[in-house]
Amino acid sequence: MQEQTVAIKGIKDGLLVALSPTEEWQTITADLAARIDQQSAFFAGARITVDLGERPVPKHELGSLKALLERRGLSLWAVLSDSTTTVDAAHALDLRTTTSTPIPGREDDVESEFDPEEDGTVGVMIKRTLRSGRTVNSAGHVVVLGDVNPGAKIIAAGDIIVWGRLRGIVHAGADGDENAVVCALDMTPMQLRIASYITTSPQDKRRQPKPEIASVRKEQIIVEPWTY
Amino acid sequence: MGAKVVTVTSGKGGVGKTTTTANLGVALARMGKKVVLIDADIGLRNLDIVMGLENRIVYDMVDVIEGRCQLRQAMIKHKQFPDLFLIPAAQTRDKTAVSPTDMIQTADKLRPEFDFILIDSPAGIERGFRNAIAPADEVLIVTNPEVSAVRDADRIIGLLEANNKGPGKLILNRVKAKMIEKGEMMSADDVTDILAIKLIGIVPEDEGVIPSSNSGNPISQNENSRAGQAFRNIARRLNGEDVPFMQLNENSGIFQRIARLFSGGQSE
Repeated sequence: MQEQTVAIKGIKDGLLVALSPTEEWQTITADLAARIDQQSAFFAGARITVDLGERPVPKHELGSLKALLERRGLSLWAVLSDSTTTVDAAHALDLRTTTSTPIPGREDDVESEFDPEEDGTVGVMIKRTLRSGRTVNSAGHVVVLGDVNPGAKIIAAGDIIVWGRLRGIVHAGADGDENAVVCALDMTPMQLRIASYITTSPQDKRRQPKPEIASVRKEQIIVEPWTY
Repeated sequence: MGAKVVTVTSGKGGVGKTTTTANLGVALARMGKKVVLIDADIGLRNLDIVMGLENRIVYDMVDVIEGRCQLRQAMIKHKQFPDLFLIPAAQTRDKTAVSPTDMIQTADKLRPEFDFILIDSPAGIERGFRNAIAPADEVLIVTNPEVSAVRDADRIIGLLEANNKGPGKLILNRVKAKMIEKGEMMSADDVTDILAIKLIGIVPEDEGVIPSSNSGNPISQNENSRAGQAFRNIARRLNGEDVPFMQLNENSGIFQRIARLFSGGQSE
């Protein structure tokens, strides 16, 4: 009986739990709970996508299903459904109603086409230290493998990445792109500009050099540690 | 074998190029080398004064290039060292009177007869600088531990690299160890951090340099002078010897940092 009410399958996003659309809601959820408890190792920490088929599930029932899963350390990540009631309930609970790869029978629920091709954007690469007096201009990005010494200047319509010490003058997003960023392993520029914003670095001899990224946020240039 | 042509330049004026050229010339001559010094600062000549030979000038570099005299006639022999010569610059002309080709031709004529040809470059990055580096086999960049001088030196090194004369070797001149200790002056590390070239000498600030320039007796002849000692060490290193850097003061911290610099911390 259980196998027919609750079907479980692995998908890219985690586990797909298909609940029969016809049984009593209490029965279904009890079956699911039992199944999870029996195979708790299998389910541990999983992201669950629930396929409810045509069953209309109002918000409070969907909420109790979500709670049931959470009590067992699982997260309800997405709800697939052909019923507008269920879809509305899912949205009310901030749940997704699509998956990132197609599930057989639910090709329409795919979020977006996954295109493996990346074209990237054009830039120039400079594989040496830029000494005082050198200027680099680029309509794309600029990457420097070396230092940018005081007195050197980089002007780019795109981003500027300095894999070294940035001590000169840089202007990223020179054509007005406020989304441009400037990164450096040691961010101590004489002058840093992004689009129409300008800033300079504080004179602090004792600071330890660390990788940082500068970007425009709330109408000013913010510099923060570059961690990921 | 032929002479090694060494140009002494800096970018910034007043950091000690002429003093260095004169002192290295004398130090090399004391070691028994055959040396000729060329003053490439046409229009603002100084090397003759610092060498004490300004009263002996009959012909200069421009006279040679324009064919008014033979090269030999413009070479002034030093009072003390018979194998040390100076070719002075012209005082009444400017740097356009000489071209890089002229400099290369002159140096080539001198190569067979000497061990070293030292060229005193003018300040700046224009024609005079280009003239001075044209015949160079090696370039020494003189700088002071001071932000403007280092900025200009960086520019010069960039120009040398662009002209295939780089990267050059660095002489850090007029160093005051006590100020460095107090954090009031850039240290050798601070300077090489930016310039990233090999250090060939560190010359301490020495009051004796001024009277020695005025009297035309380069201080490297003075056994008691620390600057003189530093210049003599640089001359030996130019000659291929491995000379440890001088301890600039009693503080062993500085000595250790310098010793570390010398023993392979720098890239060529």
